[in-house]
Amino acid sequence: MSYHVNEKGYYGEFGGAFIPEMLYPNVEELRQQYLKVMDEPSFKEEFNQLLKDYVGRPSPLYFAKRMSEKYGTKIYLKREDLNHTGAHKINNTIGQILMAKRLGKTRIIAETGAGQHGVATATVCALMGLECIVYMGEIDIARQAPNVARMKMLGAEVRPALSGSRTLKDATNEAIRDWINNPVNTHYIIGSAIGPHPYPDMVTRFQSVISAEIKTQLKEKEGRENPDYVVACIGGGSNAAGTFYHFLDEEEVGIIAVEAAGKGVHSGESAATSVLGHKGIIHGCKTLLMQTDDGQITEPYSISAGLDYPGVGPMHSHLYATGRAEFKAITDAEAMKAGLELCKLEGIIPAIETSHALAIFENTKFKPDDIVVVALSGRGDKDLNTYIDYFGL
Amino acid sequence: MNRIHKKLEEDKKLLSIYFTAGYPDLEDTVPIIERLQNNGVDMIEIGLPFSDPLADGPTIQESSTKALKNGMTTKKLFEQLKDIRETVHIPLIIMGYFNPMMQYGVEAFCAKCAEIGIDGLIIPDLPVDVYEEEYKALFEKYGLSNVFLITPQTSDERIRFIDSVSDGFIYMVSSASVTGAKNTFGDVQTQYFERVDQLQLKNPQIVGFGISNKDTFNAATKLAKGAIIGSAFIKTLNSKGIDGIEEFVKSIR
Repeated sequence: MSYHVNEKGYYGEFGGAFIPEMLYPNVEELRQQYLKVMDEPSFKEEFNQLLKDYVGRPSPLYFAKRMSEKYGTKIYLKREDLNHTGAHKINNTIGQILMAKRLGKTRIIAETGAGQHGVATATVCALMGLECIVYMGEIDIARQAPNVARMKMLGAEVRPALSGSRTLKDATNEAIRDWINNPVNTHYIIGSAIGPHPYPDMVTRFQSVISAEIKTQLKEKEGRENPDYVVACIGGGSNAAGTFYHFLDEEEVGIIAVEAAGKGVHSGESAATSVLGHKGIIHGCKTLLMQTDDGQITEPYSISAGLDYPGVGPMHSHLYATGRAEFKAITDAEAMKAGLELCKLEGIIPAIETSHALAIFENTKFKPDDIVVVALSGRGDKDLNTYIDYFGL
Repeated sequence: MNRIHKKLEEDKKLLSIYFTAGYPDLEDTVPIIERLQNNGVDMIEIGLPFSDPLADGPTIQESSTKALKNGMTTKKLFEQLKDIRETVHIPLIIMGYFNPMMQYGVEAFCAKCAEIGIDGLIIPDLPVDVYEEEYKALFEKYGLSNVFLITPQTSDERIRFIDSVSDGFIYMVSSASVTGAKNTFGDVQTQYFERVDQLQLKNPQIVGFGISNKDTFNAATKLAKGAIIGSAFIKTLNSKGIDGIEEFVKSIR
């Protein structure tokens, strides 16, 4: 069984490039170039140097002692929250901005939900001196004001997506429309492991530094490279893809993907795509997505803007379909409780996305000597208002 | 040979109109088709609305959102069209995104189209290579022409490939853009129209995107076989309703 993308851009039956002809030249250029460029020594050197000096990698693999005691198992946190800009998103934007430069692009567009990917994109555009336009749903602009301000300070133009539900999926539609309208000079930095091939694979490879480091760091700490489990939250699935990547073929490593159940998986307000989704096409790839019987894409819901997406990346659909990964769904309430608990137990304020991954310990039994690595994908600064409102702080 | 092929053989420039099914009102679909035909339109693209129409500009997006709110579904559209061939004899094409067709079942969708008398499909997000490998035989079985798009960025080599897979006509997207009306064409368009004309393709070309009035229609059809008007027509429906159809069609030719 292969869990990797094949030469046609598929993971099993998922993936591909279902794009209008207008996007074909751009996507085809990327498809032909991405592996070649990523393999160039000068590219690798520049990428690794920036990850080290600018992002602050390697991010620590931290043994969470008090949390481990509480849940009776060995819990390690992969501290992506300590990266520059506060989340794993920057790993991918650094990679893609270097890719864009090598492809001779001068204008960058991106979509963003919570604003983390938008900030990470605005950051690398400032770093490289490239024009940056970020599409963001009108509703998200209102609920993520600090990140909107960050992007503006970094020199990006934030354009509201006014169509549809005015959230992440619509911001992605607008970014795609922009790319159709600007086919020559523009590179689209997709923030998640979604989109037409080669995006899911390219984003996954840039994020795979997470699992590569886990291996090295765990070897130092525990004398073995492979944990018993890796755990990550999943919206589109970029931090999950990076966390799982180097363990996909290590069958002894259990893979746990944690989706947002919102107000309950079957409450009608949920983003638990693996349970509620069916095979379909969203944003250029065939994958599991939430839709009506008529094939209209439905609005997801989660308290966490970063998990509020009606699909998952095609790699994850394949991991679900083959049973390689176990999918769990965590409600808003469970996630918020786990987020606050991490603050008290470990002195770390996690992003609400990440809190979903942390919440599985409440109802999942691990053995005392199991090593469980959780991707702490982002810090909670951006979510302070949500925490304040929720807990009445 | 279906109605599209026959229509393409006529010695005239073809005027084709796109509209979104179920817009402005749910039950407007059939009256719009009939009025377009009765006012001399040569061919009609019936838009199957989708929640996330990523190749479309604001006008068609809004009409799609409204049509879905009105209750339009694939099943509903097929119901509305079931007796359409009793009154309408011009070519009818369904234009829509692939996901709703997938959920209906691609073969069931094709079979239903054949039963009703739909002549072809335009599916902007079904790439030509996937079509050729997975669906071409199916479309042929049901006698449906599948129409592909080309753009100013499409290479000659790829245009030839698309021509080889196409059956009917090639949808020549006028400029690098989403759908939406423009008032004029520039040098880039003219050069592109000439480049494609010189390729001497087996399938005639019909120009779409950015055609809004007599001038753009005439410019687009100087070399091409015809042109498709979408957004500008939807704007007319929006402001004048179906009573505005006669005047709109007459203003084009």
